Amino acid sequence: MAVIRAENLKLVYSRGTSFEKTALSGVSFSIEQGEFVGIIGHTGSGKSTLVQMLNGLLKPTEGTVYLNEKDIWEEPKKIRSVRFKVGMVFQYPEYQLFEETVYKDIAFGPKNMGLEEEEIDKKVKKAAEFVGLKKELLEKSPFDLSGGEKRRAAIAGVIAMDPDVLILDEPTAGLDPLGRDALLSQIQDYHDVRKNTVLLVSHSMEDIARIADRILVMSHGKKVMLDTARHVFARGRELEALGLRVPQVTKVMMLLKENGIAVDESVLTVEQAFNEMINRLGT
Amino acid sequence: MVRDITLGQFMPGRSMIHRLDARSKILLLIAYIAFIFVARNYMALLLITLSSMLVVLLTKVKFTLYLKSMKVILFVVILTGLLNIFYGTGNVLWEWWVIKITDTGLHNAIFVTIRIATLVLISSVLTFTTSPSDLTDALEKLMKPLAFFHVKVHEIAMMMTIALRFIPVLLEETDKIMNAQKARGADMESGGMMKRVKALIPVLIPLFVSSFRRANDLAMAMECRCYNGGKGRTRMKQLHFSLTDLWAGLFSLAVFTGVVLCNFYF
Repeated sequence: MAVIRAENLKLVYSRGTSFEKTALSGVSFSIEQGEFVGIIGHTGSGKSTLVQMLNGLLKPTEGTVYLNEKDIWEEPKKIRSVRFKVGMVFQYPEYQLFEETVYKDIAFGPKNMGLEEEEIDKKVKKAAEFVGLKKELLEKSPFDLSGGEKRRAAIAGVIAMDPDVLILDEPTAGLDPLGRDALLSQIQDYHDVRKNTVLLVSHSMEDIARIADRILVMSHGKKVMLDTARHVFARGRELEALGLRVPQVTKVMMLLKENGIAVDESVLTVEQAFNEMINRLGT
Repeated sequence: MVRDITLGQFMPGRSMIHRLDARSKILLLIAYIAFIFVARNYMALLLITLSSMLVVLLTKVKFTLYLKSMKVILFVVILTGLLNIFYGTGNVLWEWWVIKITDTGLHNAIFVTIRIATLVLISSVLTFTTSPSDLTDALEKLMKPLAFFHVKVHEIAMMMTIALRFIPVLLEETDKIMNAQKARGADMESGGMMKRVKALIPVLIPLFVSSFRRANDLAMAMECRCYNGGKGRTRMKQLHFSLTDLWAGLFSLAVFTGVVLCNFYF
């Protein structure tokens, strides 16, 4: 069963004024329970607009978003319950920290859900563990943490609500290479353990290629592709026409093939490329 | 939405009014406001209102935008208008229980309403047609004499420039933080007064923090470019009086003379 299904989404900003702008049009797709979907697109392609519609922060001008086959705007007064089920981590989420302690900040979401004190405590601790925040940090002020720790605390604040669908908008932007890899692995672990659905918006093709089952490609407010990572990156030339890249190693393989060396060009990671090369050399 | 604010927004353009020197626009605006209150009878008021309308037409900014900025103060206009109707002395025109409408009350109401409307209209002309940087530059120039009394004119102007520059940035930031907290289930649309004020805390604290961060960054960036106050500072865009300014001055002078004459002869 599809967890999230979007039907013909359209969004027009500042309708009826001279600033009218169509941010999104005719976007339909469906995402199955437990999938890890990467969303890519150039700046201004409508990625962020799209994900904000999925948890009801933006209301589509036309079209419908279904969560577990139920229209999320059926009862506008209950939109908050949708936001608990579809957790959303914004870009640079560390700028939304506000409580006195990290613990209280992570507990903000679960508290809004109206949970019991005990349950909140359990969820906060588990969320902190998932993102790799040390226990002693929980009692510190969030403003005393380092940049990477703040980011983790903010992500924990969303994970603590235990959403069925987790959306992350560029969670690794501005982190150092080690921090990026660690955070991505944690997100992947979280996905593997909880078996929930994760949507990851990113500009890094390498990251997306590494962990996404399927990739949604957006361009100029429209859905261009939605397919497995292999299939999407096999269409490297089309992606480049959209102002996107393929992972570096995929690009190398593409060039090798164009120069007459018969390799499989749809590899996504360095390990896969290595194996492919070994196979070629072996035969 | 917080960003749908029209009052005091710059609308770029190339009309005659846009090309006027910001200093003349400020001075003429002050004069216009004064003469709106100098006008004592309908003839004088008509003259100043019509000439204001003419100026509005010359700006070539869509009239709907002016109406939008009027909408903000519509309540004030209606309230003062109504108060004036009921609190007048003179011949009673219509009476019911404690409410009575007199002829002077009616006159006052009409006068006040037209005055405020014209006031907003002509003030909008300044903000619609002058970029914030021109505006603060002009203010700095006009306030120059105050430096004699040890008023830090340049600093005040710089603070105004920065404040104006960061209004849209802060609005956008507020929007973003609000969305982020809403995504964590913050409820800002329901509940009583106290609850709503409390619900603002998760928005205000991050906003404050980021404002300080921005201020710090900006100060650093300014220092890196060797900013050291107004002393010896030259400008890339100089303000120039032109022939258009002369015509605008003469036109306004004619209107003001007309208003005074109307006051005497009607």
